Amino acid sequence: MSVNATPAGAEAAVEAEESTGRHAAVPAQRARRRATAPLSENKRAERRLGWLLCAPAALVMVLVTAYPILYSVWLSLQRFDLRFPDERQFVGLENYVTVLTNDFWWTAFGVTALITVVTVAIELVLGMGLALVMHRTLVGRGIVRTAALIPYGIVTVVAAFSWRYAWTPGTGYLANLFDGSAPLTERASSLAIIMLAEIWKTTPFMALLLMAGLALVPEDLLKAASTDGATAWQRFTKVMLPVMKPAILVALLFRTLDAFRVFDNIFVLTNGGNETSSVSMLAYNNLIRGLNLGIGSTMSVLIFITVAIIAFVFVKLFGTAAPGSDDGERR
Amino acid sequence: MAVETTPRAKLRWGVLDLVVVVFALVPVLWIASLSFKTPATLTDGKFWPREWTLDNYRTIFDTDQFVRALINSIGIALIATMIAVVLGTMAAYAISRLDFPGKKLLVGVSLLIAMFPQVSLVSPLFEIERQLGLFDTWPGLILPYITFALPLAIYTLSAFFKQIPWDLEKAAKMDGATQGQAFRRVIAPLAAPGVFTTAILVFIFCWNDFLFAITLTSTERSRTVPVALQFFTGESQFEDPTGAICAAAVVITVPIILFVLFFQRRIVSGLTSGAVKG
Repeated sequence: MSVNATPAGAEAAVEAEESTGRHAAVPAQRARRRATAPLSENKRAERRLGWLLCAPAALVMVLVTAYPILYSVWLSLQRFDLRFPDERQFVGLENYVTVLTNDFWWTAFGVTALITVVTVAIELVLGMGLALVMHRTLVGRGIVRTAALIPYGIVTVVAAFSWRYAWTPGTGYLANLFDGSAPLTERASSLAIIMLAEIWKTTPFMALLLMAGLALVPEDLLKAASTDGATAWQRFTKVMLPVMKPAILVALLFRTLDAFRVFDNIFVLTNGGNETSSVSMLAYNNLIRGLNLGIGSTMSVLIFITVAIIAFVFVKLFGTAAPGSDDGERR
Repeated sequence: MAVETTPRAKLRWGVLDLVVVVFALVPVLWIASLSFKTPATLTDGKFWPREWTLDNYRTIFDTDQFVRALINSIGIALIATMIAVVLGTMAAYAISRLDFPGKKLLVGVSLLIAMFPQVSLVSPLFEIERQLGLFDTWPGLILPYITFALPLAIYTLSAFFKQIPWDLEKAAKMDGATQGQAFRRVIAPLAAPGVFTTAILVFIFCWNDFLFAITLTSTERSRTVPVALQFFTGESQFEDPTGAICAAAVVITVPIILFVLFFQRRIVSGLTSGAVKG
């Protein structure tokens, strides 16, 4: 039950804004409806068409996410090991106790949190730089943008293999720079490489989101600041950053949640060896390798709650700037 | 910002551009280079191959394992893209054009799904699909792909739809077209570029997926390439599969490079307009 409290809260935040919007719309609608009968007929047809057009998308999205997550809550309350299907039974919160008192879980949680914080912080700085280059460069804008899109588009697994071979002693051009040491067999260096791979792959996405914000900065404002003697750094912090704040928050939110699900890179680079598993890796291992649906589902639910909390905090930070909350009404 | 076009400014930007391009391309060039190396020079640690060979490509296209996975990848990604774009177009049209209760809720739900931790679905979907007989089938992967592609499709498409001159629709309706006809005859052709861009983004997303593909498949029947790469063993069990893995990796990177080369402008505008409204 407590599981759904947080996402419901996030939804409520969205809905609260929605209802204020609706209140404003209601009198107008009523007035229109009273005014002429044929218009109200049109209105009803419009509604029906709206629902009809949205129904398939809504249905698929809810069926494939809401139902499984509820089912996952149900599974997490059972002892359910596919190797011993006969021993399936309801055990209440026992699985949660097992997971939350388990060192592997907290190690993985720590690794995931570390990767998330470090990569997002570095990506924000690099992404801002890249966004400025893509937005402002005087030469070769097309080439830069094309090049930047390659890490975004490339299959993560492919990139991960590239990094893995680059750091394999003997084979790799990078490993040989460090005297044939084997960085992927040690914890600290493995984590550093995982972060490097993540940063390489997702900085362009961050940069594109930030570039959308950059495009909103009025050129006149920058020129005026420049005439008034503002330095480049002052123009950046005093003019650009405030205008870009919503874009930065959106980029941070999406990247944070995305970084928290880190899986592909770890799978290929270390396969979770040397305590480099993320929570996603751990859940995967319990499910596919351990065939333990009960524990796997418990981890699924815990990850869901964590992500919901992160999202909720961000939505609180956004306030009315939450993407989608006032979508369409603003213009 | 004062726009300087002095040669020095140009040079400065040129250097920055170069840094970006090198940063973006090195890992890609590296894996391509590995795929062209002969087994003897594979472990020499040089960035460029000393002896070039196409043997790695011949090997992978000779094995059922790779060809089958490639067909799965293409088929699954194309079908999922098609369905997601059709459903997304319908929903985005309704969101950007029609007034109906529940609209905000739909936008909110798709936002929540965009933020949803996909790994949370892995355990329940595994069990549900096993029961329904969808495990290790194409539809078993297509369904979650559509689901997670839909928010992306809806956001990008609504952003595009807002830029369409809707007066044309009004004109068509005044000439006696119904809402449906106005949509099909007038708006759809105008919306085509946006739909196409969205299709590329959605395809890249499906093409990229690894988590669902590795948990919801178990045989060559529906394994996609990113997953199949993990199971490469080389021609014999004891042979190093590095060359083959790299060749396969290059093959699935080619479509992405082509998209990026030909549709850079569209992809950038699609990603930026879908992400932030302004």
